[in-house]
Amino acid sequence: MYRGGPGMLAWALHRITGVAVLLFLFMHIVETSMLTFGPEAYNAAFNIYRQAWFKPIEFLLVAAVLYHAGNGILVMILDVWPASTRLYRRIFWAGAAVYVVVIVPVGFVMMRSLFRP
Amino acid sequence: MIAAQPRPGSGVHRLVWIYIRVSAVLMVGLVVGHLYIMHIVNSTDAIDFQFVAQRFATPFWRIYDALILFFALSHGLLGVRGIFDDYIGTPRRRAVAEAVLWIVGAAFFFLGALVLITFRPP
Repeated sequence: MYRGGPGMLAWALHRITGVAVLLFLFMHIVETSMLTFGPEAYNAAFNIYRQAWFKPIEFLLVAAVLYHAGNGILVMILDVWPASTRLYRRIFWAGAAVYVVVIVPVGFVMMRSLFRP
Repeated sequence: MIAAQPRPGSGVHRLVWIYIRVSAVLMVGLVVGHLYIMHIVNSTDAIDFQFVAQRFATPFWRIYDALILFFALSHGLLGVRGIFDDYIGTPRRRAVAEAVLWIVGAAFFFLGALVLITFRPP
């Protein structure tokens, strides 16, 4: 029975971020393979990432990887310590707090070039 | 309140369950290191052919990237296999989808490994 709650949200986000990161990995492999065709071909492919509009997407990629890693660690804590499922809500919100503390400075550092004149 | 997820008891499902977690633990170090070096210390404004050619001049970063390629791709493909198990009802369609998944996955692994092995910095 679906009752919502943080567990359902965490699980849905885990799937969405996992698929998104895998799709990026496919693109990353193709763009890296342009190394074979020399500097012009590689730089032309890599220039996609250098455009200003890609900066927020690059940040979302890092945010997705860090979410997937963080939630994965929470899942493994529940695996090795099943009694912790009673504390799931508290662990979820503690994890969410750590995530926000990490992701905000990461966002500022990654998008620093957008704030410069 | 949530219930603890049941662990698969035996066979290939148990091996996949273990592999997903082992590769996850390894990637927490490998991928967070990769993100820190490429997106925090450096940035896409600093990375170009010259940067990558220098990076791949010694075997260390090639091996590092090969490990990420292998673990990230295999972990991701097994994750998609789990999604197929959840959403594709008929066994026949699931088998076809899985076959396509492994062919696509093998192609990307081959392409990535080929570049890491054969790239010669000028």
